[in-house]
Amino acid sequence: MPKMNMIQAINSALDCAMAADPDVVIMGEDVGFFGGVFRATAGLQERHGKTRCFDTPISECGIIGVAVGMAAYGMRPVPEIQFADYIYPGLDQIISEAARMRYRSAGEFTSSMTIRSPFGGGIFGGQTHSQSPEAIFAHVSGLKTVIPSTPYDAKGLLISAIEDNDPVMFFEPKRIYNGPFDGYYDRPVKPWAKHPASDVPEEMYRIPLGKANIVREGGDLTILAYGTMVHVALSVVEAHGIDAEVIDLRSIVPVDIETIEASVKKTGRCMIIHEATRTSGFGAELSALVQERCFYHLEAPIERVTGFDTPYPHSLEWGYFPGPVRIGNALDKIMKD
Amino acid sequence: MAAPDKSNLPPLELHVPEPKFRPGDTADFSGLDIPAAGATPRPDEVAAPDDMRDLAYGLVRVLDDAHQAVGPWDPRLSDEQLLEMLRTMALTRAFDERMFRAQRQGKTSFYMKCTGEEATSVAAAFALDREDMCFPSYRQQGILFARGYPMIEMMNQIFSNSGDKLKGRQLPIMYCSREDGFFTVSGNLATQYPQAVGWAMASAAKGDTRIAAAWTGEGSTAEGDFHSAATFAAVYNAPVIMNIVNNQWAISSFSGFAGGERTTFAARAVGYGIAGLRVDGNDALAVYAATQWAANRARTNNGPTIIEYFTYRSEAHSTSDDPNGYRSAQEREEWPLGDPINRLKQHCIAKGIWDEERHATQDKELAETVRATGKEAEKLGVLGHGMHQPFRTMFEDVFEEMPWHLKEQAEMAISERKEKFPKGLPRGNE
Repeated sequence: MPKMNMIQAINSALDCAMAADPDVVIMGEDVGFFGGVFRATAGLQERHGKTRCFDTPISECGIIGVAVGMAAYGMRPVPEIQFADYIYPGLDQIISEAARMRYRSAGEFTSSMTIRSPFGGGIFGGQTHSQSPEAIFAHVSGLKTVIPSTPYDAKGLLISAIEDNDPVMFFEPKRIYNGPFDGYYDRPVKPWAKHPASDVPEEMYRIPLGKANIVREGGDLTILAYGTMVHVALSVVEAHGIDAEVIDLRSIVPVDIETIEASVKKTGRCMIIHEATRTSGFGAELSALVQERCFYHLEAPIERVTGFDTPYPHSLEWGYFPGPVRIGNALDKIMKD
Repeated sequence: MAAPDKSNLPPLELHVPEPKFRPGDTADFSGLDIPAAGATPRPDEVAAPDDMRDLAYGLVRVLDDAHQAVGPWDPRLSDEQLLEMLRTMALTRAFDERMFRAQRQGKTSFYMKCTGEEATSVAAAFALDREDMCFPSYRQQGILFARGYPMIEMMNQIFSNSGDKLKGRQLPIMYCSREDGFFTVSGNLATQYPQAVGWAMASAAKGDTRIAAAWTGEGSTAEGDFHSAATFAAVYNAPVIMNIVNNQWAISSFSGFAGGERTTFAARAVGYGIAGLRVDGNDALAVYAATQWAANRARTNNGPTIIEYFTYRSEAHSTSDDPNGYRSAQEREEWPLGDPINRLKQHCIAKGIWDEERHATQDKELAETVRATGKEAEKLGVLGHGMHQPFRTMFEDVFEEMPWHLKEQAEMAISERKEKFPKGLPRGNE
């Protein structure tokens, strides 16, 4: 079984999907000849042809708008938005059009498309290359939102997303494209090759949307996370010696409420970790869901460990990033009885 | 270093456009540069955009002031086609009249007429193939009549009644028919433009033969979507027709607020390096001919065309608007290019294939058809008098399959309704 980093796994997913379905088409800035600024689409134009994977003008509105039109024709577009920070010009086409297409046309037209976009910080990208806008999309009816945390998951989830007939936002945590991140920015980067979840089959396989993954079983605390934070959570839990159950949500819409509920009812404590800004971040929704369903099982208030309500900083990045110190303090707080 | 002395300069001034005529003014359009019918040359469909720039600043006209078809743009339609186009435009207008009144009678919330602009949708649709996909704005109901979409379906949608296949989800006039090549209407302006380009790109990528056509108003050409669409259409040589219906007014904002004071809307094509035509939108034959030209161009891989239809919005923007608040009531009377239905009628009369009596009889028949269909539609319900769709339909089609959170919300909502209406509602729509 080959070892792949997350970029290679995403590339493999796209390659498999394009080979299996001639209607899958990729477009975006620099994705064609060059293979994408993160190399996610490397080799695809060469392998599948110029009309299957092509470069576009710098216009997120146009990229999403023509994807909607192509989907209306019957194709299965997988547009790339180069950084999630740039997605906003495309918001009207995503929210007002793609998300509502099936509903407003009673199914006569659909937007079977997957919008891929690198998101999140930890790369000294500053406020225009580091944002985590997933909560904005979680708030829009008609959109699914998926965030992988490993190469294995990335390929399986992306294939499922592409095959899904609803519009799917696929946010790729760019910090962990090349290796998992334990939150200690001053340590050398570990490559994916040393991680079991980098064993990625060459062929097609699917991981269903809407299903979380319990990456660490435990009895004392439930930690809900996705993307980069899954790895940060695991490393902090290890260091603190807490018997925490760490759940990688994988999909935030639809979210796997059964797994979440069962876990919190078992442990009695819940912590949510995300990079995105605090106010109305997805942690707020998770908090509400857990509170509604597990109130009488909770031993302590729900803790959210998040980015701050500021633009994503540059030089102060590691003060912003919810890292081991902040998570460690939150762990101490929630376990204190 | 001392600040430069600018005391010899007048201060900067911000220009805020003003239309020529306001309420109470005499409307005088004599300043408009209107070429004679037949004067504009017709380039070959494969002409390079550079070789036809003048057409973006002129006006293609076929019907002259004596109601004759003249010049190289005459599409030379058969008598049958002319009379069918005339009938379809008259039907569109009769439908508009009735549905506008229905809104005033409280049978629905909203309606938008296309009075004075019927040719820009009807004649254009006649020139396209039935399989070509149309991406309309909210004022191209004429396309549906041209393609024979059942009138009762349109009325059901306007009334949001139990017959509405869109399940009462959309504001009135936001029709949809995949079968008839009529894309679902959105309330957001110009979003259909890049979608049409994408559809055309897909058709081209697949080696299909169908083209796409989009419509937008002149006001909406200011939206970013217009420019994204034009860029993509130019870059990929998309087989698409981009129609700009310049009816002079966007609610209360005259065309100056979209850049109309400086240049024509067709001239945007020049900037993008694509073909541009400016056409008398009240001349059904010119509309037909221009669409045919652009369709031929697209079908032969010669790319996109922007067509500006120069016309006039005779009535209000919608049932929520009163134009007496912002424009001269004389404008519609003084419009120098007349009325599309009247002009085609006069042409048919001049050809000896029609007369005023038959036109009046046809108008009566059409009004009666609309009235009778209206009665049928009203039997299925009107807006605001009962809920005409099963309540659970609100939660369906958000996704292909209903996820757990919508199931939960639907159950909660439905059980609330059962408590509120224990005996159920009339028409059993739970």
